[in-house]
Amino acid sequence: MIRRAFLALAAIVFAGVFATQSSFAEDKFIVVQSTTSTQNSGLFDSLLPIFKDKTGIEVRVVAVGTGQAIKNAANGDGDVLFVHSKPSEEKFVADGLGVSRSDVMYNDFVIVGPADDPAGVAGSGNAVEALQKIAETKAPFASRGDDSGTHKAELRLWKAAGVDPSGASGDWYRETGSGMGATLNTGTGMGAYIMTDRATWIAFGNKGDYQIAVQGDDKMFNQYGVILVNPEAHPHVKAEMGQEFIDWLLSKDGQKAIADYKVDGQQLFFPNANKGNS
Amino acid sequence: MREMAFNPAPGASTPATANSETPMLLVRDVSFSAGGNRLLANVDIDIRRGSRTLIMGPNGAGKSLLLRLMHGLLQPETGAVLWQGGRLTPEACRAQAMVFQRPVLLRRSVMANLKFALSVRGLRGRERAEKIRAALADAGLEHLAKRPARVLSGGEQQRLSLVRALALEPELLFLDEPTASLDPASTAAIEQLVLEANERGVTIVLVTHDAGQAKRLGQDLVFLQDGTVAEIGSVETVLNSPKSEPVRAWRDGRIYLGPNTRSLKDFTGRSH
Amino acid sequence: MDSFWSALGGAFGLLVTLDPDLLEIIGLSMQVTLTAVLFACLIGLPLGAAVATFHFPGRSLVAVILNALMGLPPVVVGLLVYLMLSASGPLGVLRLLYTPTAMIIAQMVLVTPIVAALTRQVIEDLNREYAEQFASMGVGPIDRLTAMLWDARYSLLTVALAGFGRAVAEVGAVIIVGGNINHVTRVMTTTIALETSKGNLQLALALGVILLLIALAVNAAVMALRASAVRSAYA
Repeated sequence: MIRRAFLALAAIVFAGVFATQSSFAEDKFIVVQSTTSTQNSGLFDSLLPIFKDKTGIEVRVVAVGTGQAIKNAANGDGDVLFVHSKPSEEKFVADGLGVSRSDVMYNDFVIVGPADDPAGVAGSGNAVEALQKIAETKAPFASRGDDSGTHKAELRLWKAAGVDPSGASGDWYRETGSGMGATLNTGTGMGAYIMTDRATWIAFGNKGDYQIAVQGDDKMFNQYGVILVNPEAHPHVKAEMGQEFIDWLLSKDGQKAIADYKVDGQQLFFPNANKGNS
Repeated sequence: MREMAFNPAPGASTPATANSETPMLLVRDVSFSAGGNRLLANVDIDIRRGSRTLIMGPNGAGKSLLLRLMHGLLQPETGAVLWQGGRLTPEACRAQAMVFQRPVLLRRSVMANLKFALSVRGLRGRERAEKIRAALADAGLEHLAKRPARVLSGGEQQRLSLVRALALEPELLFLDEPTASLDPASTAAIEQLVLEANERGVTIVLVTHDAGQAKRLGQDLVFLQDGTVAEIGSVETVLNSPKSEPVRAWRDGRIYLGPNTRSLKDFTGRSH
Repeated sequence: MDSFWSALGGAFGLLVTLDPDLLEIIGLSMQVTLTAVLFACLIGLPLGAAVATFHFPGRSLVAVILNALMGLPPVVVGLLVYLMLSASGPLGVLRLLYTPTAMIIAQMVLVTPIVAALTRQVIEDLNREYAEQFASMGVGPIDRLTAMLWDARYSLLTVALAGFGRAVAEVGAVIIVGGNINHVTRVMTTTIALETSKGNLQLALALGVILLLIALAVNAAVMALRASAVRSAYA
């Protein structure tokens, strides 16, 4: 009986090995290096099936921070880069790692805070003033601190506010070094203000008593761009399928699919492919 | 083993000198130390082919150690163990077998234990199956062949251990207090198997504390005390009319305290 | 506590409805982990047994290294495997990054030292018992290893179980090399990480409960096997 149980166990394991190997028969796929905001908001879950139905191409999304996504793509570990930090994206193309960059869509950043609003910034439409107030009152502020697109945008705002929060790191300025979701979980837990993209915030399920405190500032515009990884830099890049995905995103159909994606009746991303530059 | 009996072991350096006059195994001036303590000193012993030699002595005298040196499990510090007039090579060791005081049995069935030992010697198929059958019959363990070896009684385990050693067809068999923890019936069974093996030509070297067993099994007796040979002779002579003080002390049930001590008060402890 | 109990309820709800996505994720988790443990055992068992049995220069150093590697941080393993498998890495041509195979490799690297180090301890104890008998019988080195591995098989099952526990619960390495790609490399732990980052704490906890139940079932099965072996004195 013992011997038979052993054999059964071995059979299960080998079946597992076999199944793992055989699940790779399909090769019609591309890898997209993207950000947590697009994934966590559920946008990809809505877009990709439409694209697959149309073209038969499976899109595999690796969702990490913008900084890491760009590094992964620079290593050639992806066919398409879909992130939100325009200066870094333009540098990526300038370095010859990407073919060209196109605007796809935008949303905006918001600063969320606890209901009791310790810094008195609720309802503000001026991000620079709000950050200055937060710094003055030393109200806790949770930063991504992970070189992501959101982190970079946050640092640009601090610069505009004339505040260098790095001196207060560990005091009222708390760098989580984590993704958007983890930072929201941590920040809401410690009563801190947090800057997040609106899409992630709307889809976030652990809001507690938090509300949007600051929104509507032009400076908090959040542009997403898409880039085909340069096949000259990485010959294995599936340029044709990658370009097909990009073309679709920028097409009328793709743009409509982005606009149609809603959570709780709210539109999360606003297509702006035609307005974009190269 | 019978067909092997008069072939000198491969690797024996001077096979030409190995005739019936040459003792099968010679221990020459062997000393051994461990942890700074001298455990054996200048031991000389001859083991004749086909003989039965008993090694006796109090606890810590170095009996088990001597057995391991003769079997090649340990190397002497000085001196030499000679096998058929040559060096005791690993190949020569394969012409020997050993039964330990506590039987070391694999976590397998009785039959699988025999099978493993024979497989190690390259036996396969029908030949191996036949030898397993014969060994089980010798040990009276046929009905337990498929039992896990380690649920057998102590006596059954030691019988299995003994027939496993004999299945390897050794020319020389060492036994280290094989019946120390066995009841009289199991002891008798072991002694019976040992005597039968000896009749077939297997040379026996056995360590025991049991004077009765010594008289039942022995021809020659080596008495060890504190790592040196106190007395050598026939079992009858040594046990009935000992010439040395250590054997007399042992026979009378006294602790031998060495030539320079007179009572337990003077005994300062000796490292074993 | 409210959320804990509702998570527990949610876990059973998920299991009862047999959500196909969930089943796929559970299936992939088991495939990846069992395969990784299998290969870790193929390497770790003989390696641990050899270190336990044979005397060679640097033996205790190897033992120390194996023990130290047991504490290898998964993220570090993930990074190392990523750097190897990345298109710019030495093994990039194999195109294994972001596949279950990459996850298997990462888990294997994590688990092999555990299997080897624990095997060394188990076999060392057994070797102490068997060594003289084997030397007396003239058992060769390979036969010694295989005999002890076979005789210690029920103890080694527990060793494999320790490796399974480490692998199945691991997230740091597989999320880096697997990419947590939906329907491709998404396993239990990376799903839990994803749902946590989405703020869906109850769903994450429910998935955690399911993972725990699976681990519990595997452990119970192996322990039952071992118990029956102990009864028959084979362990």
